[in-house]
Amino acid sequence: MHAPLHRERDHLRFLACGAVDDGKSTLIGRLMAETGSIPDDQMANLVNLSRKFGTTGENLDYALLLDGLEAEREQGITIDVAYRYFGTEKRAFIVADTPGHEQYTRNMVTGASNAEFAMLLVDAKAGLTKQTLRHSRILSLLGIRRILLAVNKMDLVDCAQAPFDAIVAEFRQFVSELGFIHVQAVPIVARDGDNIVKPSERMAWYQGPTVLQHLETVPISTHQREQAPRFHVQSVMRTDTGGRGYAGYVSSGAFKAGDEIIVARSGRKSTIRRIYAYPSEIDSVEAGQAATIELSDQVDVSRGDIFAPLDAVPEVADQFAAHIVWLNDNPMLPGRTYSLRIGTHSVAATITALKYGTDIETGEHAAVTTLAINDIGFCNLATTEPVAFDPYATNHETGAFILIDRETGATAGAGMADFPLYRASNLVKQEYEIDKAFRAKMKGQRAAVVWFTGLPSAGKSTVLNLVEQKLSRRGIHTYALDGDNLRLGLNRDLGFTEADRVENVRRAGEVARLMVDAGLVVLCAFVSPFRNERRSVRERQAPGEFIEVFVDTPLAVCEARDPKGLYAKARAGKAFHVTGIDSPYEPPEQPEIHLHTDSGTPDAMADHVIAELARMGIIAR
Amino acid sequence: MTSKLSRHLSNLETEAIVILREAAMAFERPVLMYSIGKDSSVLLHLCRKAFHPAKIPFKALHIDTTWKFRDMITFRDRMAAELDLDLLVHTNKRAIAEGVHPIRSGSSIYTREMKTVALREALDHHKFDAAIGGARRDEEPSRSKERIFSVRGPNHSWDPRRQRPELWHLYNTQIAADETMRVFPLSNWTELDVWEYILAEDIPVVPLYFAKERPVVERGGSLIMIDDDRLELEPHEQQKNVVIRFRSLGCYPLSAAVESTAASVADIVEELRTTRMSERAGRLIDVDETSSMERKKREGYF
Repeated sequence: MHAPLHRERDHLRFLACGAVDDGKSTLIGRLMAETGSIPDDQMANLVNLSRKFGTTGENLDYALLLDGLEAEREQGITIDVAYRYFGTEKRAFIVADTPGHEQYTRNMVTGASNAEFAMLLVDAKAGLTKQTLRHSRILSLLGIRRILLAVNKMDLVDCAQAPFDAIVAEFRQFVSELGFIHVQAVPIVARDGDNIVKPSERMAWYQGPTVLQHLETVPISTHQREQAPRFHVQSVMRTDTGGRGYAGYVSSGAFKAGDEIIVARSGRKSTIRRIYAYPSEIDSVEAGQAATIELSDQVDVSRGDIFAPLDAVPEVADQFAAHIVWLNDNPMLPGRTYSLRIGTHSVAATITALKYGTDIETGEHAAVTTLAINDIGFCNLATTEPVAFDPYATNHETGAFILIDRETGATAGAGMADFPLYRASNLVKQEYEIDKAFRAKMKGQRAAVVWFTGLPSAGKSTVLNLVEQKLSRRGIHTYALDGDNLRLGLNRDLGFTEADRVENVRRAGEVARLMVDAGLVVLCAFVSPFRNERRSVRERQAPGEFIEVFVDTPLAVCEARDPKGLYAKARAGKAFHVTGIDSPYEPPEQPEIHLHTDSGTPDAMADHVIAELARMGIIAR
Repeated sequence: MTSKLSRHLSNLETEAIVILREAAMAFERPVLMYSIGKDSSVLLHLCRKAFHPAKIPFKALHIDTTWKFRDMITFRDRMAAELDLDLLVHTNKRAIAEGVHPIRSGSSIYTREMKTVALREALDHHKFDAAIGGARRDEEPSRSKERIFSVRGPNHSWDPRRQRPELWHLYNTQIAADETMRVFPLSNWTELDVWEYILAEDIPVVPLYFAKERPVVERGGSLIMIDDDRLELEPHEQQKNVVIRFRSLGCYPLSAAVESTAASVADIVEELRTTRMSERAGRLIDVDETSSMERKKREGYF
């Protein structure tokens, strides 16, 4: 292994991509082997494995060395992004090795997100393929600006210059609008090592660098150091002098003691008093370093905040437009709430509009209603509180975000912020003297939402109707919102797809919220099949003012009742998206009130609801 | 930060510090897996940097198989005292009582009982929701696909096919009630990076990494150090004194030494520049069969 003690040894993170049979594993394997990065015992193991599982005849099958998981070796596939490490005296390399076939978008986006350079393989005989075009577009979308085009299997075209030149010319033409600032094309034979580490004798016509020479010399972007300074606050701690220290890291630019800064989200200004990095105080801190900063003033700072200089403040908005790449099997649904993480800041976010989907092959835009896994779209997002960000194109570290599915915890989407839609400061919630508490008090009651959820025909409306009668006898002002009734008016534009169901419940929740604000006890009966949306409605109400009632009737009972003939139609294949049949219902995990409707009369259940509301203090006992 | 570090090491250092702080903020009961080896030494050093001037905000856990080198235990206790660590030591006592033994039981049963099961017991008992460890992706092929924040399902199992994509430096720390997290701040470090960092930052490590004449026995082509009288010699085996050191430390009957004269950190860095054997070649537990590490991890091995 080349192991320089050289202090200036640099560090390049790059991505390797190409279609399935382009020879990517062989190229990476060769780079590792020829830089002495594969130990003898692993090489010996590779010889064994090649004999046992190899698909490359006499040659070593480097894919076997690189495919780490049992299933991959047995099935001859590559499951996921893998990271490889090799180095020379000049540079240490971290390679994200992304498989070329299924889930290529998801895996390439993941690999490219942490790369500043990409190596793209094509087969000299096959020439540019659809895959090449897709890969180039994804690299461009993720902001990679320099690439190496490795034209492999040159021996299949007699190691001749003309076919190489033709591929390169065609490629340059294709990527001319993708914003790459440098494309280095290298003709190679990965299997035999031509132009990988040593120049090829067979291709003396090629005068450019070998793959390794180019990797060692390609300029490492210094733009992080030149961009507007950004310090991300991870946590707040006590310093040894008893002050408040903000532990975090600099993602771009530099800060020094005495600099005036602004806390992006609050707009509060202060001055950097001291910068610490264990074990001592330091004068300055720059991109790629962690430190703890102490300010001169007592300003309110918390985890997720960004410090910036006064003359280069990031955008602060609670609505913005962004490119989103979907990574999850559950499709992205506009209206659904996700957790959004940007920098060290986490907030709840909703896609308010899906403007268009992008065809990754042609770059063309098309109207879409959801994003499935590997789809790319341009969206408007709304967050529950303002976030600070830069456009991804100017700063990757402050413009990138992920969306997390709140139910499964999966990392569901990768986002790249583009521009703010409204400046949050332009929209200020108007405060009126007469508020919810006042209005409720005038009526001598407490306002709340009582939300009945359950399968169609579970008996939600029946029980609701009885509860409302009992409440009005007690002089309580109520209003009933019902799925069918709302769909006849406000929600008449919505159907029964998953996306429309999400929006249906969101609007119902907002209407309920206004009515609670008016001081009413709002009774809602909605199938509302998804936990995520019920949770979102709950989160829009004040604590204790959302009472979830689970009308728990077995499917068989609902189907036997079927007053609207819905289940019968679904079973006959004449109705689709019927909850319980071909559309899922996610039961509440901890409802405030749980009604087992197969073991009591509707009236007894309504009494139970009344008793529970009294116990919770919503109504008088 | 420290001017001694190359841009490469400084980059890795920052990444690890950021990850350690994220783990401290995101979880209610994180724990630092302290294995006493060089990676653990680096991890402890990074923790001090990450949280300075505050104390390391989590407990440290050592899974003691009772067969660790004596030097390791001495070093562990010294570090715990010097750094004022809140150190927990856990042993699978049931397995000890049942006579599980590194040689007589075979390495796979021994490893499962004394390491995998012991770790699961300790994590469950203390209700730790995140365990921070020093594993690196360059160590072993199945680790190359491991995430930095890696979710473990019920019973601490690992499903390599259902891993979350990990993008930019945006770590997804969300877990459900029956899940736990493994956190690997040194994911992107290589063995050489670890030693160069130890050299640059002057980090203490167990003396067994440095060459010295030590009593060994040759067994199955490996040099096994005779650390105490529990290692029973076969009639044909002979104790001899050889100048050796260790590249990887574990339980002494299962850790093969290498013949080496590297007696300082600088010597080790120099040796790694020329060596052609991988670090885990001395780990007798990995070589049972191809994919053995992957199987262990699916069962909850760290």
